[in-house]
Amino acid sequence: MRFLDEFRSGELARRLSREIGAQVEPGREVRIMEVCGGHTHVISKHGLEDLVPDEIDFLHGPGCPVCVIPMGRVDDAIFLAEQPGVTFATFGDMLRVPGGRGSLLQAKARGADVRMVYSPLDALELARRNPDRRVVFLAIGFETTAPATAVTLLRCREEGIGNFSVFCNHVTIGPPLRAILDSPGLRLDAFIAPGHVSTVIGTGTYDFIARDYGRPVVVTAFEPLDILQAVVMVLRQFREGRCEVENQYTRVVRREGNPRAIAAISETMELGETFEWRGLGWIERSGLRLRPEFADWDAEVCFELPGNRVEDPKACQCGEVLVGAIKPWECKVFGTACTPERPIGTCMVSAEGACAAYYNYGRVAMKA
Amino acid sequence: MKLRDDVVTLAHGAGGKATRALVEGLFLEELRNPVLEPLGDAALVELEGTRLAFTTDSYVVKPIFFPGGSIGDLAVNGTVNDLAVAGAVPLWLSAGFVIEEGFPVADLRRVARDMAGAAEAAGVAIATGDTKVVERGNADGLYVNTTGVGALAPGVDVRPDRVQAGDRVLLSGTLGDHGMAVMIARGDLRLEADIESDTAPVHELAAALLELGGVRWMRDPTRGGLATALNELARHAGVAVVLAEDALPVLPEVAGACEILGIDPLYVASEGRLIAVVAAETAAAALAALRSRPLGANAAVIGSIGDDPQGLVLLDTSLGGRRIVDALVGDPLPRIC
Repeated sequence: MRFLDEFRSGELARRLSREIGAQVEPGREVRIMEVCGGHTHVISKHGLEDLVPDEIDFLHGPGCPVCVIPMGRVDDAIFLAEQPGVTFATFGDMLRVPGGRGSLLQAKARGADVRMVYSPLDALELARRNPDRRVVFLAIGFETTAPATAVTLLRCREEGIGNFSVFCNHVTIGPPLRAILDSPGLRLDAFIAPGHVSTVIGTGTYDFIARDYGRPVVVTAFEPLDILQAVVMVLRQFREGRCEVENQYTRVVRREGNPRAIAAISETMELGETFEWRGLGWIERSGLRLRPEFADWDAEVCFELPGNRVEDPKACQCGEVLVGAIKPWECKVFGTACTPERPIGTCMVSAEGACAAYYNYGRVAMKA
Repeated sequence: MKLRDDVVTLAHGAGGKATRALVEGLFLEELRNPVLEPLGDAALVELEGTRLAFTTDSYVVKPIFFPGGSIGDLAVNGTVNDLAVAGAVPLWLSAGFVIEEGFPVADLRRVARDMAGAAEAAGVAIATGDTKVVERGNADGLYVNTTGVGALAPGVDVRPDRVQAGDRVLLSGTLGDHGMAVMIARGDLRLEADIESDTAPVHELAAALLELGGVRWMRDPTRGGLATALNELARHAGVAVVLAEDALPVLPEVAGACEILGIDPLYVASEGRLIAVVAAETAAAALAALRSRPLGANAAVIGSIGDDPQGLVLLDTSLGGRRIVDALVGDPLPRIC
């Protein structure tokens, strides 16, 4: 595929790799957190750690939407899926995430009507085609996927579809980054900021990181060459004594983001007072909930959810992995009690989770 | 491998690690005997001096008709291929049909005709059969089971244990055509692409390689794809398999569809492809033999066997990195065979 090959040229990769080698200051470690699980996945899948010198250390941030959903919310999802007459729809990644009562995939095997969809609009279509069923869509994701949920809600209201609701678990990217920057023992020097979410929110969201915390930020696209180029840009900022928010993903991301998408989100959703993040705990004004005008389509209003809080398993160190405090393989249960087939923590479930990325692709070359 | 689940989930049918847990942790435990124990694509038995390969497979593909074939083609070719990669000449097949009440007779005839055509192409006879009809709602249209028997020529010996460091890994054609064709044909993904299933019998390719000599092991990369088949090899043979990403033949349409869906073609099923591990000195001749046949026109040497790290499959990426290729964990992917 032409558009793939252009972004995956071995020759260009070697050139960027040489440039990184030339820019790096020998012996001075540079810890770069790629916030987004998509980046983590690309780094592992293409073996990018082999293309950068030992001084460059990639830390894996909290930007995997599946990984940050707490177990109690998974149990609520299973509760919804098991209600009589309910058809429960969500993205494939969510199906295997363990809650306190197993996963949605296990609920499906026990008889719940659980469907995998690629878009909330597909879930709405299920509702149109099955008027006798109550279709509940489990919405997850950062501002990247929130516009699709917003558009679905707007369409739902327009068409007056009554047998559809959204269990909203959308979150925003700014607050967890601030939480990481405020965490004690912070050990990171720069950020590779997520490209997709920035197409929606723009690059201004990250200004506080450079301004208040003195860490350079490069908004980056998702091809392996993009990530290597972002590393070059970070190193240049250090060499030139700059600290700013730069945009590597200029082919798509604009400073102001996508105003129409932002408008759709604000029309349908608002920030809740607080939201529980797996591994990060409760973060104020970090999660999105449906606006009261959309209560008819809000699963948390239409159904009485148990809403139980479930402690993360004691052995699980997802929280420390998510803030970059430890590497996935430094977790006590990594690869032993916790594997992709029997995950304990969410970081091992999603393809975008740091632990799964290491387990699936990187077990040969783990750098301590 | 232990089975730790309380109920069967779709992951147990996906051909990856969960399937292995089900087969080894339940069926092998309950049914253990020396013929079953190796858990190969086909069992090898000896009868009055003749070595036979014996295999069975059930087909539950949805939709029943898809670009490039049907459940009928698949049911014959799949079983023929399991015999062929065991090193056998396929001889006889049985066919069992589980039919849902209300299934159109015209469709059933079409399936039977496809089976006849495929059997003729593979040089096998469908020698016996069975029919069951279940109430509407108790089966999804039509399921087909085929069992096959083939004979091994004297001297043929293909087993994981024979694979050794330095051997080469060959693949007879492009990866993932079948799986992607069926996924798209289901229509759930709202994707359109000109991709046809590769369902075909590989017995001639296998026979050509066996005639050359130097063949250590063969396999057809069906459920779980190339990655899962090679992981099983690495584990059973105690070797490392090292693949070169640049050498993997993937159609641009398949690569594009996989990219959009976030699926790695290494895990997508083929139904008319052959993986062969051959001695290094035979690799060039084996590649030429595959490429001289239409079904093997896109054949390639995709990697080699190493000593270390034992039991793992590695991939040298186009960009110059190296990573692990794990066995499929069990994705909730649709029924494709």
